[in-house]
Amino acid sequence: MAKKKEQVEHLLIPEHVKLNEKEKKALLEKYNIEVKDLPKILSTDSAISHLDVEEKDVIKIIRKSSTAGTSTFYRGVINE
Amino acid sequence: MSLEENQIVSKKIKSIVFGIMGPKFIKNMASAKVVTPELYDKEGYPVDGGLMDVRLGVIDPGLKCKTCGSKLKECPGHFGYIELARPVIHIKFVKLILDFLRCTCRDCGRILIPQNKITNYVDQLKEVGEEQGLEEQRHKVKEIMASLKTINQCPHCKAKQQLIKVEKPTTYLEDEKRISPVEIRTRLERIQDDDLELFGIDSKHVRPEWLILTVMPIPPVTMRPSITLESGERSEDDLTHKLGDIVRINQRLFENINAGAPEIIIEDLWDLLQYHVTTFFDNEVSQLPPARHRSGQPLKTITSRIKSKEGRIRHNLAGKRTNFSARTVISPDPKLNINEVGVPMIIAMKLTVPERITDWNIAYLKKFIENGAKKYPGANYIIRPDGKRKKITDETREQLLEEIQPGFIVERHLIDGDISLFNRQPSLHRMSMMCHRVRVLPGLTLRLNPAVCTPYNADFDGDEMNLHIPQTEEARAEAECLMEVQTQLISPRFGLSIIGCNQDAISGNYLLTKEMELSKQEAVDLLSAVGVTDFTKLPNKKVLSGKEIFSVLLPDNFNFRGISKSVPEDHPDNKVVIENGKLISGIMDKSNLGSGSGLLLRNIHKKYGRDEMVEIIGRIYRLGIEVLLKKGFTAKMSDTDLTKEAEEQIQEVIVEAHKSVSKIIQQYKDGNLEVIPGRTMTETLELRILERLNKARNDTGEIVAERSNQKTDTMAMVRSGARGNLINLAQMSACVGQQALRGSRINKGYTGRTLSCFKKNDLGPEAHGFIENGFKKGLKPYEMFFMAMTGRDSMMDTALRTPKSGYLYRRLANALQDLKVEYDFTVRDAAGKIIQFLYGEDGIDVSKSEAGKINIKNIIREIK
Repeated sequence: MAKKKEQVEHLLIPEHVKLNEKEKKALLEKYNIEVKDLPKILSTDSAISHLDVEEKDVIKIIRKSSTAGTSTFYRGVINE
Repeated sequence: MSLEENQIVSKKIKSIVFGIMGPKFIKNMASAKVVTPELYDKEGYPVDGGLMDVRLGVIDPGLKCKTCGSKLKECPGHFGYIELARPVIHIKFVKLILDFLRCTCRDCGRILIPQNKITNYVDQLKEVGEEQGLEEQRHKVKEIMASLKTINQCPHCKAKQQLIKVEKPTTYLEDEKRISPVEIRTRLERIQDDDLELFGIDSKHVRPEWLILTVMPIPPVTMRPSITLESGERSEDDLTHKLGDIVRINQRLFENINAGAPEIIIEDLWDLLQYHVTTFFDNEVSQLPPARHRSGQPLKTITSRIKSKEGRIRHNLAGKRTNFSARTVISPDPKLNINEVGVPMIIAMKLTVPERITDWNIAYLKKFIENGAKKYPGANYIIRPDGKRKKITDETREQLLEEIQPGFIVERHLIDGDISLFNRQPSLHRMSMMCHRVRVLPGLTLRLNPAVCTPYNADFDGDEMNLHIPQTEEARAEAECLMEVQTQLISPRFGLSIIGCNQDAISGNYLLTKEMELSKQEAVDLLSAVGVTDFTKLPNKKVLSGKEIFSVLLPDNFNFRGISKSVPEDHPDNKVVIENGKLISGIMDKSNLGSGSGLLLRNIHKKYGRDEMVEIIGRIYRLGIEVLLKKGFTAKMSDTDLTKEAEEQIQEVIVEAHKSVSKIIQQYKDGNLEVIPGRTMTETLELRILERLNKARNDTGEIVAERSNQKTDTMAMVRSGARGNLINLAQMSACVGQQALRGSRINKGYTGRTLSCFKKNDLGPEAHGFIENGFKKGLKPYEMFFMAMTGRDSMMDTALRTPKSGYLYRRLANALQDLKVEYDFTVRDAAGKIIQFLYGEDGIDVSKSEAGKINIKNIIREIK
């Protein structure tokens, strides 16, 4: 099945971005963790269907926050 | 015990291994072999090799243990063992044995996996274990075992496998034929150590054949002590009885086997032995009749000692009780400080504080001993340095007074200023248990300042609270530094003071700062009643305003700006202005003084610290109450009176509402009612009527708010926010309004009508629960019925919702309990996994903020 590479646009779906290797390394170093210590996201999650992801990739999520305006969140991709 | 006994830790636990005891292990740890069911000989002395053998531990005071040589309470007891004549199944391992039998070959004992796949499976298990933890590994083991149950040919020796079943509780059947425990044991013995890995078992600590008992450990007498009755008779523990049965049957079985008795008799005895061993471990096995006392009540054996609510875990370990605590009804006392608790004299003489005698306090402590236990302030006990506890009575007092010297401990009565912990259930947050100073008072209730009701969520309709007295210096220091009321002023939930004024304290300060004027004499009276001694802050005038009196309580260099929500925006008093400790404009209402609202109290706390803040809140609280005492304050019937014009206006509003409702109904009947999208015609009608009638109620409410007497005390309570609101007032004086059940008008009852006094299919307001009268005028009979319906509904609702939401909260708190904020501001769980990347997404510690925000403007102003 050909993947539809199209950003899911909906006001309730925050922006999902895949981190490149360099960014990923920097993130893991900053928090002194491994990918498995991050919160998880399924590779089949429809919010990241537009991204080309594999297991152990890291997804950056930019959300609206009632306390801080915007907040960034990270999730590690897992397979089912 | 205590530190001074110099107990040096010479050994530390490095690891704990869970395994199953094999026969060798049991024999090694045992200090006696039990061979006879007899307990005592003719002289009443324990029989050697009996169940009460002296080598198994001491239960009689004065005797010494034959195994370890220590006295009662020091000797932990020692295990013994018995050799069983025939092997017996352990009831708790029935399932595991079945798994082994099903997953291994009946001939060669290998696991039913082809040789070439075994390593594959082992690797899989290891991977799961490393990546997802032990829980998942166990899951995987189960999965593998489940897949093996259907294989009917051994991949190693090609032997045919039969289906094995359990006939509960302890019989195994292979192809409808019974397999004896001996046969099972030989099969389990054949299983190779290497194959055990796939069962998730370490062969060093568990061998499958150990699941079948050939020797049985006898628990030490210390865990089954016998009691001597008053008649001198001995009564044995349930476990001892059960063990006696086992030994007796075992003995008979041995004899019969040796005598070469017929197989049937041996089988029977064997089954009986199996039954006794099974009920020894668990007397509540579903298929077995429980073993009973002669009186008929079932024996309490090992499983029932541990299991369930009355078992060791929930009753003795999780449910430990505490000494030095008290519980009674609470009642309010605004004259107490916020961090004090009033303790009844009777309690103060029961609860004690241990104080060690030194050269410097011996005279002081002697006074307590002289008073004894019955005169306050006295002392109940003296503890000698060797740990002996002596009660102080009229007889022993003189002698004890001579005996005491530094090093003794006196357990003296509670006195004012002692540290205590005060708690009200449900303890939902940390403010539910705070440290208070003791104030010993007459009466029988625990007293607290009503301002601390908010953190405890207490009221005085019969609430009870608990009091604990910490017994060591460390505990006292911790309670004082971490839990005293001062330390809990700012709520970590919303960053505002959780302790503030309520009820009369708010209305009092509201009236004072709104319009009161007092003579200097009266002002000084008021302030001294509150506890103020320095009156230099009072302006030297004959007539003083309430604001000037209130200002005396504020620190001199305090500056603040806020708003009074009780005042309309165009009024000068809407803005609270405090300059150099003087209230220039603004009225003190709930939005400024209330608990959990407004920044006034938060700013005082920030600038002057917690101890000062406690003082100030206490004074403001008392000032409010003193004002009301001086002025008089009554919520009276006439407060709900309306002028004639107002009443006419209200009548007009209601008549108008009736008219528009009939108009809507007419439109509905004619079929030209405009339908709301997504609704049927009938639903639209209901919604429109509800909307119209609610508007009518709101209109009457507004008329009441505007036209009723603004100078009444009831109005003062409503405006200040102390109690009640405008709707309550409108319901009393004008119109109660529409009663609603599940979001719509009342539609229940008979077919086509709610009550039999209405016509069928009447859609009018009064037939569906609109109450047009107020409480003061009185309700019509049918109106009363509707009121009762909604009243009962809401009662049921609260009664059902409270436990449900309580449980929901408990689950939430349990799920979040070991999350913590790390030094890099991430929130992580106990395993170090990240839950949140920045605490609260903004990294703010709410308890250090002002209502969850950091006021940068204020900080800059302070620095300048």
